[in-house]
Amino acid sequence: MALDVKKIRLDFPILNQSTAKTVAFFDNASTTFKPRRVIDAMNHYYFTCSVNVGRGDYDLAHQADTLYDEARQRVARFIQADAREVVFTSGTSMSINLIAYGYGKKFLKEGDEILLTQAEHASNVLPWFAIAKDTGAVVNFIPLNEEGRLTPENVKKAMTAKTKIVSVAHVTNVMGFHIDIQAIAQVVHEGGAIILVDGAQSVPHLTTRVKDWDIDFLSFSGHKMCGPTGVGILYGKYALLDAMDPFLTGGGIATKYDTCGDITFVKPPHKFEAGTPPIAEAIGLGEACEYLSEIGLQSIEHYENELRTYAIQQLKKLPNVDLYNPEAESGIITFNIKGVPSQDAATYLNSKGIAVRSGQHCAKILIDYLGVVATIRFSLNFYNTHDEVDRFVEAVKTGGDFLDAYFD
Amino acid sequence: MPTLIDATMMRQVIMDHYEHPRNKRIPESQEYLSVHLDTIGCVDDIHVALKWQGDKIEDILFHGVACTISTASTSIMTELLINKTKQEALYIIDQYIKMIHEQPYDDSVLGDAMVFKNTYKQAARIKCATLGWVGAQQLISKEE
Repeated sequence: MALDVKKIRLDFPILNQSTAKTVAFFDNASTTFKPRRVIDAMNHYYFTCSVNVGRGDYDLAHQADTLYDEARQRVARFIQADAREVVFTSGTSMSINLIAYGYGKKFLKEGDEILLTQAEHASNVLPWFAIAKDTGAVVNFIPLNEEGRLTPENVKKAMTAKTKIVSVAHVTNVMGFHIDIQAIAQVVHEGGAIILVDGAQSVPHLTTRVKDWDIDFLSFSGHKMCGPTGVGILYGKYALLDAMDPFLTGGGIATKYDTCGDITFVKPPHKFEAGTPPIAEAIGLGEACEYLSEIGLQSIEHYENELRTYAIQQLKKLPNVDLYNPEAESGIITFNIKGVPSQDAATYLNSKGIAVRSGQHCAKILIDYLGVVATIRFSLNFYNTHDEVDRFVEAVKTGGDFLDAYFD
Repeated sequence: MPTLIDATMMRQVIMDHYEHPRNKRIPESQEYLSVHLDTIGCVDDIHVALKWQGDKIEDILFHGVACTISTASTSIMTELLINKTKQEALYIIDQYIKMIHEQPYDDSVLGDAMVFKNTYKQAARIKCATLGWVGAQQLISKEE
């Protein structure tokens, strides 16, 4: 079904009633705007029950439990998982740290190998460096192909008998390619390892099928998919979640413990949710899942691809633009304006009402691959319009006058 | 506000200092005090280094990777601070930082650094425009 962007924009208060309405927001890979119903769902919790989950014997507590459990089920449906395999975390970084410390620290041995790629976000690199240091495991990088894409063939070539964990983004935050995650998962399993998929840039934009893909872990953030900040998800196959240790311990996750330190933990997913979870945020994320499902992930993917293709066509006409990922499938376009440092270009675009990100985008080791100090990243979402893309392209055209930002 | 001619000249000054930064080199000797500076939001990743002779700044330089705004502002700063006493240098830096933050300041000591007086228009870049200056301030204050 075609997507009615005019109607969709009415769902977002920020696009209609604040100073931000004049800004063409193209930093959606960083975070996204929130529709009213997500904000309302969180307010509903605060207005109507506002109490803790999993703790009280009164009606309000039961209401909170119901809302929180329903949120987990909504997220589970959204990624085609079982609710008991869905853990609420604070976001992607926390999810990956949870696997690194809860699974990696327990099962990795000296000389074991963790495979990543050069295109990963810092949140999928630094926890592994830390765990490698703790366990004596080593981190190696799977080569990308010439285009900058991760292929099943290259994963196969990089795997060794020592490979225990492969952790890769489904869509990387700078290059923006879609990879064949199902084929890669198969290669990883044939090699006797497990696969963690960083879905921060993919879950918001395309249908996620954790069972069909047969992936072991998936991490993603709420705020990049029209949900609230402060909440994210770790999906894990139940047997793996059951086998691993909690990263944080504390209230609500132990059924019993004694003074000798013998502890019996509750079962997943609650085992990983020590302390009071971000209840309102979890409920908001559940609502965001419903919202995106109602629009339809296929419609979203189709519309974003069309908008991306249009933007690339327009940018290719400009002689002053270096494009780094013209063939990518996602809404991420990485480029530079010739002769203009990316920060200065982004400041200039800001003066023209265009919000983009400049710099290394938390993927500092990718810069070696691209051979540039920094780039501008344009990233769209389904609420962006062709008109906004036109304004963006028009501003890029005159990017050489970047000091205008300070003087006009 | 500057006239159009002033604005054009100001742009030229910024571009000149970006394309031909002054005192941008690695220190030749161990006599330099050095500080490393970077920003989370920008690629800026520079070192500022300073050599005293008595109470005077005999030399001040910088090196590393930086955007137009931080390169040009640091370059201009080095020209302003060379041969200044500790007290003079700290006064100049203080006036510059006041200017960037739209507070009353003494423009008589800022010379070409005045070209950054519009930085408030792009508030996200205040860190770039003050990076080298804050570094120099740390180095100078450290010398007791």
